[in-house]
Amino acid sequence: MKGVRHYPGFLPMAVGCLVILYAPLVVVMIYSFNGSTSITTWGGFSWRWYADVFTGPEAPRFKAAAWNSLSIALIAATTATAIAVAAAVAMIRGGRFRGKSATFALINLPLMVPEIVVAVACLIFFSTIGLTTGYLTILLAHITFCIPFAYLPIAARLQGIEDTYEQAARDLYATRGQAFRLILLPLMMPGILSGFLLAFIISLDDFIITNFVKGAGMETLPTAIFGSVKQGIKPNIMAISTMMLAVSVFFVTLSYLVNRIGQRTRS
Amino acid sequence: MKRLLTTATAFALLSGAAQAEGTLSVYHWFEYIPQELVDKFTAETGIAVTIDTYDSNESMLAALKAGKLGQYDVSVPADFMVQIMRDEGMLDTFTPEEMTNLGNIAPQWMDVPFDPGRSSSIPYQWGSTSFSVNRDVYTGDISSLGIIFDPPAELQGKINVLDSQNEVLILGSLYLGIPQCSTDREQLKALNDMLLNAKQHWASFGSDTSKDVLVSGDAAAGMIYNGFSAKARAEGANVEYSYPKEGHVVWMDNVVLLKDAPNRENAIKFMNFLLEPENAAAVTNYAAYTSGVAGVEPFLDEAIKTSPENNPPADAAPGVFAQVCDAETQKLYDAIWTNLKK
Amino acid sequence: MAGMTPAPKENGTGYSSLVAPLLLPTWAMIGIFLVLPVLLMAVYSFLTKEFRGGVIWDFTLAAYDQFFLNRGLFGDEPPTLEWTYITIFWRSIWQAAVATLICLIVGFPTAWFIATRPPKARAVWLFLVTIPYWVNLLIRTVSLKFLIRENGPLNESLMSIGLITDPLPLVNTNLAVQLGLFYSYLPFMVLPIYAAVERYNFALSEAAADLYASRWVTLREIVLPVVKPGIVAGCILVFVPSLGAFLAPDLLGGAKTFMIGSLIDEQFRGSQGNWPFGAAAAMILMTLVLIVLMIYARAQAKGEAR
Repeated sequence: MKGVRHYPGFLPMAVGCLVILYAPLVVVMIYSFNGSTSITTWGGFSWRWYADVFTGPEAPRFKAAAWNSLSIALIAATTATAIAVAAAVAMIRGGRFRGKSATFALINLPLMVPEIVVAVACLIFFSTIGLTTGYLTILLAHITFCIPFAYLPIAARLQGIEDTYEQAARDLYATRGQAFRLILLPLMMPGILSGFLLAFIISLDDFIITNFVKGAGMETLPTAIFGSVKQGIKPNIMAISTMMLAVSVFFVTLSYLVNRIGQRTRS
Repeated sequence: MKRLLTTATAFALLSGAAQAEGTLSVYHWFEYIPQELVDKFTAETGIAVTIDTYDSNESMLAALKAGKLGQYDVSVPADFMVQIMRDEGMLDTFTPEEMTNLGNIAPQWMDVPFDPGRSSSIPYQWGSTSFSVNRDVYTGDISSLGIIFDPPAELQGKINVLDSQNEVLILGSLYLGIPQCSTDREQLKALNDMLLNAKQHWASFGSDTSKDVLVSGDAAAGMIYNGFSAKARAEGANVEYSYPKEGHVVWMDNVVLLKDAPNRENAIKFMNFLLEPENAAAVTNYAAYTSGVAGVEPFLDEAIKTSPENNPPADAAPGVFAQVCDAETQKLYDAIWTNLKK
Repeated sequence: MAGMTPAPKENGTGYSSLVAPLLLPTWAMIGIFLVLPVLLMAVYSFLTKEFRGGVIWDFTLAAYDQFFLNRGLFGDEPPTLEWTYITIFWRSIWQAAVATLICLIVGFPTAWFIATRPPKARAVWLFLVTIPYWVNLLIRTVSLKFLIRENGPLNESLMSIGLITDPLPLVNTNLAVQLGLFYSYLPFMVLPIYAAVERYNFALSEAAADLYASRWVTLREIVLPVVKPGIVAGCILVFVPSLGAFLAPDLLGGAKTFMIGSLIDEQFRGSQGNWPFGAAAAMILMTLVLIVLMIYARAQAKGEAR
């Protein structure tokens, strides 16, 4: 049985794949604890660059950027998730309707158009309608490209929920709103949470579009980091990177666990 | 979730509101003002300063035209760019009464051709652009721009060039002995061919990276500003800045008052602040160029005053300022640059 | 980008009448902030450029003319085909293709290996492969640059074990860009192939083995045709974002030669300030991507019909 599944060389390839994926991250993580001011020489273990991020000369800039990043990601992911829940209910529970495949294509459009094109188009659009670039423009752009990321897990979850529960509720004289709130929404929750987390990370991660539509004095973490690394990789950037890495890993783990629980409740 | 949303929105509004009073929005070159000086300004005036950076005069102009005009209060263009921005109507003017420290400007920088009598700009720093060579890698003669444009074997493939159209094209013209804003086809063709040929020996284009690549050893020679080269030396790179025999570029960066500045009064306060000799000297000590303000000497670090980068040898060829070409001629130079970077 | 699912039968949950209001926010957001801007960008590509940024509302084909026709340095020679931008596009396509190929060579065995683990181990492997994708792309690119720089950890360790005597010049080369793209999008290759292999019926391989087919013949003749949709999906998912990538060429390639992404960026935020030309280049990029996706959709539809 194992014979046909086994191919010589595939195990080293898979291990090599993990090494390639993790080596740069691990190296940066290690060097973020480097006590030396030079990034090339090792000066012993130290927390100094983590302290530098919070108290160093660039601290106010990074704090403001982190605040912008987190608040934008939170608002954008929440809004996109709400929009995606409505869309998923219509697409999956709404039966056949005209323009369904067009709507499906529209939802997926942000995934298909290259990021740089979206960035350029947004810049042109905002500058033409005279909307000053800044917090609001970043937010609008983020909500838009987060919609498909929130939609996909929610729709996948909803597809797996049979409509018999709601029908039973309606048969027992529950209103449509009650059936949705008390039956469907709780069942959808794992999908909604993972859609939200996905959208949150995508927003937090975005550089290209943000860089085009940000206004004067506005930075998010990625643009602030980009501004710094353009002049060379500094140890404090490695400390920030390691912290962002930790945040990402935390959220992915969370989303993974939520999904597992979701699968358990379904079966 | 709903409460989360309202809280987040409230915070977003708050952070927006904080920008309305007592702020200043500066569009500045990268690594050109010490944070301590910005903090000092904030401590003295209560004005919070946000700084965005750019890496070439041209990209600053492009960003302002792409809707950023009206978002920034001041920016710091070089001499020729002040003139371009003035011609495009992108600058506001101030009166001598507003700019109380106008008298601090060194006399030779007061009545400049790009802003006669100083009504829109004040001097920030002036310096030069040529190139530096890592002396651990190459010990030969570096008195010619040929180091960049026709490099010796040791330096080939290890050269960084500024990502700045103006400076690259002027240094190239100096190397070939061609005047600026030339309309002579043969000369422009020769410039174009020379640059294309030189490019095969270059490793990278980068202005904001030009110091780091020398310090890290990623490049062994590079086009660079004199003060930036001094900083590279201070950071441990064994680099020597050259005043080549063909000439070099001289520039003066100026703080300009932008049109539609959202905080015009604060901008004037900031400009007056920068005209105080002590503060101007702080910039010089940080950026290692030369100030355009009189009376800074007592505040300067000895190392800056005597640095070889700031004190060209007596027999050095004279530097040239960038000229502003007319639009038709500029198109040709733009074409050469696009051709080079493609 | 999954295929459209068949609509469920009409039922009594009562959302049919609410379809329009439920979809309104989606239509509005994506319509106003994506479709409309892209249409506007198409219009801009036909406008006249203003000197260094901005446009004049005069319609012209100048941007496309500049893209496709060479009229000499002074603009008055008889037009010939302009290779500059075609070369840039071709270079980007080539880089993206090489990156996709490397991803495939590394990704297929990895995906196969993961799919043939017991379920518990499978979940762990999958988790490990996806985590890096969630780390900020910028941070990953910077980390890679730090690792492979001339006197960075990779060269130092290779030199200390005596494998090489001089540091490998990796940064600022095409190889670095390809490596960066490969590194950025590898999980996109592994996941769809994994999904395809997981569904593969290994009885087919066993039947082939019973008929004395070697492992590799089985792989080529039996397995590959069956898991092909997964491979194609993986290739598309790597190729499309690689094509418009901006960070890898900028940070790892030394910004010395343009790629599509940096060419477009330069027109808006760099020194060129040629909006119509940037819009035209973006239009051409988008058209290319849509063509690739259409070919994919066609192939997918054909595969399902079969």
